Amino acid sequence: MKLSGAEIVVQFLKDEGVEYVFGYPGGAVLHIYDALFNQDKVKHILVRHEQGATHAADGYARATGKPGVVLVTSGPGATNAVTGIATAYMDSIPMVIITGQVATQFIGSDAFQEVDAVGITRPCVKHNFLVKHAEDLGDTLRKAFHVATTGRPGPVVVDIPKDTTDPNIKIDYAYPGEIEMRSYQPVVKAHPGEISRAMELILSARRPMIYTGGGVVLSNADAELIEFTRKLGYPITQTLMGLGAYPASDKQHLGMLGMHGTYEANMAMHECDVLIAIGARFDDRVTGDVKQFCPDARIIHIDIDPSSISKNVRVDVPIVGDIKHVLTDMNKAIKASKKKPDAKLLDQWWQQIDAWRSKNCLRYDRNSALIKPQFVIEKLHEVTGGDAYVTSDVGQHQMFAAQFYPFDKPRRWINSGGLGTMGFGLPAALGVQLAYPDSQVACVTGEASIQMCMQELSTALQYMLPVKVVNLNNRYMGMVRQWQEFFYDSRYSHSYLDALPDFVKLAESYGHVGMRIEQPGDVEGALKEAFAMKDRLVFMDFITDQTENVYPMIAAGKGHHEMHLSPERELA
Amino acid sequence: MRHIISLLMENEAGALSRVAGLFSARGYNIESLTVAPTEDASLSRMTIVTSGSDEIIEQIFKQLNKLVDVVTLADISEGNHIERELMMVKVSTPSDKERAELKRMTDIFRGRILDVTDETYIIELTGNGSKLDAFLGAIDAQLIIETVRSGATGVARGNRALRI
Ligand SMILES: Cc1cc2nc3c(=O)[nH]c(=O)nc-3n(C[C@H](O)[C@H](O)[C@H](O)COP(=O)(O)OP(=O)(O)OC[C@H]3O[C@@H](n4cnc5c(N)ncnc54)[C@H](O)[C@@H]3O)c2cc1C
Ligand SMILES: Cc1ncc(C[n+]2csc(CCOP(=O)(O)OP(=O)(O)O)c2C)c(N)n1
Ligand SMILES: [Mg+2]
Repeated sequence: MKLSGAEIVVQFLKDEGVEYVFGYPGGAVLHIYDALFNQDKVKHILVRHEQGATHAADGYARATGKPGVVLVTSGPGATNAVTGIATAYMDSIPMVIITGQVATQFIGSDAFQEVDAVGITRPCVKHNFLVKHAEDLGDTLRKAFHVATTGRPGPVVVDIPKDTTDPNIKIDYAYPGEIEMRSYQPVVKAHPGEISRAMELILSARRPMIYTGGGVVLSNADAELIEFTRKLGYPITQTLMGLGAYPASDKQHLGMLGMHGTYEANMAMHECDVLIAIGARFDDRVTGDVKQFCPDARIIHIDIDPSSISKNVRVDVPIVGDIKHVLTDMNKAIKASKKKPDAKLLDQWWQQIDAWRSKNCLRYDRNSALIKPQFVIEKLHEVTGGDAYVTSDVGQHQMFAAQFYPFDKPRRWINSGGLGTMGFGLPAALGVQLAYPDSQVACVTGEASIQMCMQELSTALQYMLPVKVVNLNNRYMGMVRQWQEFFYDSRYSHSYLDALPDFVKLAESYGHVGMRIEQPGDVEGALKEAFAMKDRLVFMDFITDQTENVYPMIAAGKGHHEMHLSPERELA
Repeated sequence: MRHIISLLMENEAGALSRVAGLFSARGYNIESLTVAPTEDASLSRMTIVTSGSDEIIEQIFKQLNKLVDVVTLADISEGNHIERELMMVKVSTPSDKERAELKRMTDIFRGRILDVTDETYIIELTGNGSKLDAFLGAIDAQLIIETVRSGATGVARGNRALRI
């Protein structure tokens, strides 16, 4: 087939099975936009800011497991996309970002709208490419999708100079199909020796603990994890990124761990003697002080990326491989093994855990005259039957959502954990709603975060995406205020949000429904009313208690056993 | 501990910047870095001399291996190996006395004089880094006009080899 470079890009996306491209046009990509016109196989979603495009593609990718695709122009188009690329990179999300570039003969001349996109994005991509010849477009794009979606996933940038998409130069194109790269061969199957060494340790544990993360979600290994955990009868905790892979409402689940994790999860980490880490990267929000981390434990770590292993915490049994494969092998090994976990010791361990659990660390004041953010999330869970896709921005509201919306399925909880990008929630929700038009999609946000990508309300109207925005409006950058209260003697330096817009009117001016909710008694009704409006975006502005803090909390650099439970119930 | 990491990577534009960027972004030490194409034009071979604790070296190794352009790598300082660096030193030769002394030192260190003018010599020397340092220490520092060093390269002895 003879096609121009621009047509190759579009034909390739069709051949690759790409449903949606999130983009924004400009000079360097106009040939590609022209090729997008007059076809409807690849649907283009026009955002209002390139950051929105990257987050929307990212939300789509997190919810579906398929790569998100972005198309932006050179220069400012590319730089606007950087925050979203870095966000995806930190959470290992598969994306392909096509950036236009000035024509090859102008590269390096400070041409109009020229930036070194490959250079700027290099530290926050899994890989990137500059395509110098139209003949290379097909292969390079295929490599980009291959790299983005295999091994430890991540964003890949393909920088395409304008002349390589010239509509007047036609060249041969055929979809490349499976591609081999000698320099890139991610491991899938783990070494059997490593697995049997791990099984030995797992089955002889006295106080075992399973600690899982985003890798389980990325590996689509939820079923294998459930089988593994149930067969062993061991306690499990999940990171912020792992939530949903193991059902949160199950009794073996101790909740999230880490800085704002539950008392029982963190104490069990501190006291365990064998830690089974699965697709989690020992982030500092999770470990606290690494010197005090799991002091008694021998550690097994399953991860597809060798560089995640023994990076922050030294482990005893490293297992490099894809979780789905490794857990399948382990489940077989458990079945075949004569050795079983010691029921009596395990029972004692559970009694200890239940004692920690009985502290009920997520308690909050239910009789408050003000709307408590936790209460809104609980009601959101109730009204949506626990079955919504929930995206979030960054701050206290994010932690409340993680703590009070028990996710029972993977890919339902969609948030920026690694980079912590305010502005993520709304565009991500649009991507999710496009992927699942008939599902309930809520965006839990704060009045500060929502204003960072507010403009995407306009995109939502254009494509009729009936997302429900749950704005926990505390008139503060609550998370910042909390740190200032604790660590800066309540000097609230620049964390109060003056001059807030009237969110109801704002939503209405974008063509949506706005609601303001000021009384606890009105919370449930408002949520029900909003979710009943199946084809409308509803912006719910909940005026919440300004002074509420997120508990439990481990201050940065402290150990798991040094948690704050709440102002009344100090250090455990 | 000092380590010499050899790696083969795709000979693509920007490949060098990925390695250099990795070292600066993650705050790893880099003593020297050399790179040149190999007999297979599609591959470049790079030699990186770095130092750090065992944990850091392990991370450096894993992070380099993770770069999509890197085909294979080895820590050649782990086993028997040969390390060589090339140095050229331009020295001033104000009188016969200095000429004689520099010639003598060059011979002792098995170097060569590549260029001679009325006032200068260019001396070439190869060896490991400490030999080159020793030479610089042995001659009169006042006479040195400029020095240029290639950075270390190395190869494992015997059958061990870095190839694909
Ligand atoms: C305000 C705020 C507060 C936070 N507080 C907390 C907190 O209290 N608790 C908490 O847990 N987090 C918290 N976080 C999030 C934290 O910053 C990290 O993002 C998170 O802990 C990392 O999760 P993870 O370890 O699951 O790693 P991820 O970033 O999800 O990494 C996944 C790991 O799995 C591996 N992997 C990927 N695919 C596979 C596969 N197929 N097979 C095998 N391995 C695979 C990857 O190599 C990687 O090592 C907070 C973030 C913010 C913004
Ligand atoms: C882009 C960006 N800038 C700054 C921060 C630092 N930060 C983390 S939470 C937060 C406040 C968020 O306020 P809001 O959205 O109102 O949420 P709340 O904590 O009040 O629930 C800030 C400024 C960030 N995470 N992202
Ligand atoms: Mg706020």
